[in-house]
Amino acid sequence: MPKQMIKNYAPAFISAIILAAFAILGSSLVGFSYESTHEQILQNQRETLRRQINDVFPEAQHDNIVIDDVVSIKDDELGDDEVKVYRATLKQTPTGLIYSPVTADGYSGDILLTIAINENNQVTGVRVLQHKETPGLGDKIETRRSDWIKSFDGTSLTSPRSEKWAVKRDGGYFDQFTGATITPRAVVKAVKNTLQYHQLNKEKLHTMEPDS
Amino acid sequence: MSGIDYKAITLDGLWRNNQALVALLGLCPLLAVTNTLINGLGLGIATTLVLLLSNVSVSIIRNWVRTEIRLPVFVLIIASFVTAVELTMNAYFHGLYTVLGIFIPLIVTNCAIIGRAEAFASRNPVMASAVDALAMGIGFTAALVVLGALREFIGQGTLFDGAHLMFGESALNWTMHFGDNYEGILLAILPPGAFLGLGFLIAIKNVIDQRLPKKPAVKVTEATATES
Repeated sequence: MPKQMIKNYAPAFISAIILAAFAILGSSLVGFSYESTHEQILQNQRETLRRQINDVFPEAQHDNIVIDDVVSIKDDELGDDEVKVYRATLKQTPTGLIYSPVTADGYSGDILLTIAINENNQVTGVRVLQHKETPGLGDKIETRRSDWIKSFDGTSLTSPRSEKWAVKRDGGYFDQFTGATITPRAVVKAVKNTLQYHQLNKEKLHTMEPDS
Repeated sequence: MSGIDYKAITLDGLWRNNQALVALLGLCPLLAVTNTLINGLGLGIATTLVLLLSNVSVSIIRNWVRTEIRLPVFVLIIASFVTAVELTMNAYFHGLYTVLGIFIPLIVTNCAIIGRAEAFASRNPVMASAVDALAMGIGFTAALVVLGALREFIGQGTLFDGAHLMFGESALNWTMHFGDNYEGILLAILPPGAFLGLGFLIAIKNVIDQRLPKKPAVKVTEATATES
């Protein structure tokens, strides 16, 4: 290579080296932060999950570490996505299942739910984990906005009767909100589907090999 | 180093060149998260932290980095710090992290940060850059907090809703409720409310500026950032 050419390209090489040095520095910083926060983040996620499950399923009715006893299922009744099911047992006897289905029937985007059902096919609690429903209207499905979601506590497919599993506007048992029918309708339907699935499949779920 | 007018730098950041109200930078996160005071405060603090880290680093390396690659280097620095801040928040302020969610990584794209790196930190010593970052960050945070408070108050009749996400369980009763059966004005919470609120804030700032006694020739310390 002629000397002139090397001279012309030298600045580019130096720039490339400087840029690479910063890329290495930057990635090291990110790597270091990841390493030092990883444990804590995992623990936070477990803690959040544990609290969500305690919200919907009575602590007195299980003595296993529910968040570690999980199976994944896929069924049309529960939506398109794989659903995680947490299994509660008391002295090795199954006491209930906690489902985490996603419904796409809401007004905007997916609604992530936690639905706990005990061995008598009764709902012990429902919570919304995440949603994009309209603030002030559809967001009354959150416990911090209203107690509506607690109207599922103690319900089953026989109480109210199966055909009453709908919002009042559709002739059913559950309230809708002023200005928002689609959101509660979607939640009611999701809970009903989960109950139906639970009734038919709970034995199978309890005997499945847990996810590792 | 003498000759650095810290007072002017501070005033610029807090008021005269407020990144949100004057430079109109960082509007995407600004408009998106300011539906409550606490959300605004959370994003404001995170942004200030990134701004401080990036301004100081850019100032330290300002004489080593060739001009033609300075922008990619700045972006690298900012992106690394944002990721570090994001992970730290996820680890130690998990509740707030879940609320602010996507807007933490989006701090990378906040033009105010690369704007300060380019317009100020790359030309000024470390101390001045740090002061600039703090002033700009606090000015930006103040705008987020005021806009958040305004929208929260009008939209749902509360203030400090969600304070426990940031200050722990003891802050659960900080939430102030105004009016027991206040239904809230939905518009204030929805995105249009953010634009309207920001518009009002800018208007109020302009009115205050006009009322202030005119100082002879306001000193402009540096060019306004050109990014948008």
